[in-house]
Amino acid sequence: MIASSEDNLPGMKIEKLHEEIYVGRSNDTIDGDISTLNLGPTHPATHGIFQNVLKVDGEKILSSEQTVGYIHRAFEKLAERRPFNQITPITDRLNYCSSPINNMGWHMTVEKLIGAEVPKRVDYMRVIIMELARIADHLVCNSVIGVDTGALTGFTYVFQQREKIYELYEEVCGARLTTNIGRIGGFERDFSPAFHQKLNDFLKEFPKVFNEFDALLSRNRIFMDRTIGAGPISAQRALDYSFAGPNLRAAGVDYDVRVMNPYSSYEDFDFIVPVGTQGDTYDRFQVRQEEIRQSLRIIEQAYKNLPEGDYKADIPEFYLPPKEAVYNNMEALIYHFKIVMGETPIPVGEVYHSVEGGNGELGYYLISDGGRSPYRLQFRRPCFIYYQAYPEMITGQCISDAVLTLSSLNVIAGELDA
Amino acid sequence: MQSNLNNDMVLELLQKQFGEAIITADTPYDLLTIEVSPSSCYDIIAWIKDEPTLAIAYLTNLGGVHYPQNEGRELAVVYHLHSLTNNFRIRIKTFLSIENPSIASIVAIHNGANWMERETFDFYGIQFEGHPNLVRILNEDSMDYFPMRKEYHLEDETREDKDDRFFGR
Repeated sequence: MIASSEDNLPGMKIEKLHEEIYVGRSNDTIDGDISTLNLGPTHPATHGIFQNVLKVDGEKILSSEQTVGYIHRAFEKLAERRPFNQITPITDRLNYCSSPINNMGWHMTVEKLIGAEVPKRVDYMRVIIMELARIADHLVCNSVIGVDTGALTGFTYVFQQREKIYELYEEVCGARLTTNIGRIGGFERDFSPAFHQKLNDFLKEFPKVFNEFDALLSRNRIFMDRTIGAGPISAQRALDYSFAGPNLRAAGVDYDVRVMNPYSSYEDFDFIVPVGTQGDTYDRFQVRQEEIRQSLRIIEQAYKNLPEGDYKADIPEFYLPPKEAVYNNMEALIYHFKIVMGETPIPVGEVYHSVEGGNGELGYYLISDGGRSPYRLQFRRPCFIYYQAYPEMITGQCISDAVLTLSSLNVIAGELDA
Repeated sequence: MQSNLNNDMVLELLQKQFGEAIITADTPYDLLTIEVSPSSCYDIIAWIKDEPTLAIAYLTNLGGVHYPQNEGRELAVVYHLHSLTNNFRIRIKTFLSIENPSIASIVAIHNGANWMERETFDFYGIQFEGHPNLVRILNEDSMDYFPMRKEYHLEDETREDKDDRFFGR
């Protein structure tokens, strides 16, 4: 979608670029004077706690060594002692730019384990929230690429729209950043009238704002010169490194979990999976831009066709009954007691479930031994997996390109370090 | 997207190629799960990547599990692999003893396994032979134990005010 052929792009071809980076670098030093530069761990340009020790020759990066784990919080260990519903707040703190996707991915994993069927309405409500989260996630990433190239305007402008999305979360769950949205089996309440009002306003207003933002950067000469050819990766290397999400698609591989293994009724919606050709910063930017448009399309379809029905699944052993029922109804009281005290039988088994998170395949590998908390829970964190390709992507580039590459990869410290 | 492969087909191919090396096979929640011997794990992962009918060339996930009760096979390494062309997923498990938890590294097959193996080493102490840089990744370097093993409890064992029956495991 970015360019029909490589020739249209002013950037270099990948092979040529790689040749220049890996073959030409040894005999192309300024004065042979190699210095060491600590980029991070707390550097304003890295948007998070990442340390990179760079060997530089002038402005050019010769090698890089990463240190991660600065905000490691042992989520996988914590999860081994928490009841299933108390793990949702942990998932908030993975990719905190799109917490609802993490929350719902976890809910769907548990639903798969216990074999719960959720109503169609829940699927559609989830899709609306998840796509809003994707828009918020990509907006942050893309506007920050703008900031790193020196264009602050777009950032401050689209953050007003991100605020609108956070207000929508607030209407559904009362929280903004770490949302803990929804429940195992659905939602805690139906969309409120205020939510409908705000969503309608958002759908009306956002495309205009977004088009303005797009016009600021997409065909901006300076922006294109700065981003084309910055931090490229080929499709083959990206697959080798198990890239996922927009970063993999920017390299030209159309892998999207929503299409490959549809969950939450994604098969009902008509949308395009955008792919790039070069796998550089500009392509990653453009892929995310197009995904925002497609997410809007999905939201519109889901909202227009929002089915009637219940906002929760009929699983009384896992879904807390309403408080009025608990106080007035014996059966509800028993279920409430069983859920809170962990007396609910949970099947023994292993499930792997993945959703398309803001950064790609976000997987949950859950081993249950029938206890009230998981025996083992592993998160497949896309950031952690693709960040290891970072040194390869920035070798031979300038320091300013390395900063751009980092922001365009959308490496989120919470997801990286878990 | 429909898958071109199904569990029985892949299992048959694998059994034909590797025979005894495939110890058990199951399909929990419709995901083909095979247990293989640690010595053949590398070959199987390399073979399913190169075999054109399978092309299971995408490493989704790699991690460890600790089963203290399984004597002689306390630690498990679990690989999730995915064929993007055939849309087929497979889970490969292999069990190691805690005395000598050592298995061949698959970094040569899947580059992305590099950090995943480092993480598994960091938390479970599994040695990946042939790994280019097997050092701790998320924990600090001076740590001398493997924190995800089950003998390390999250809470102070001497506490009496918290009853496990009511507060998680």
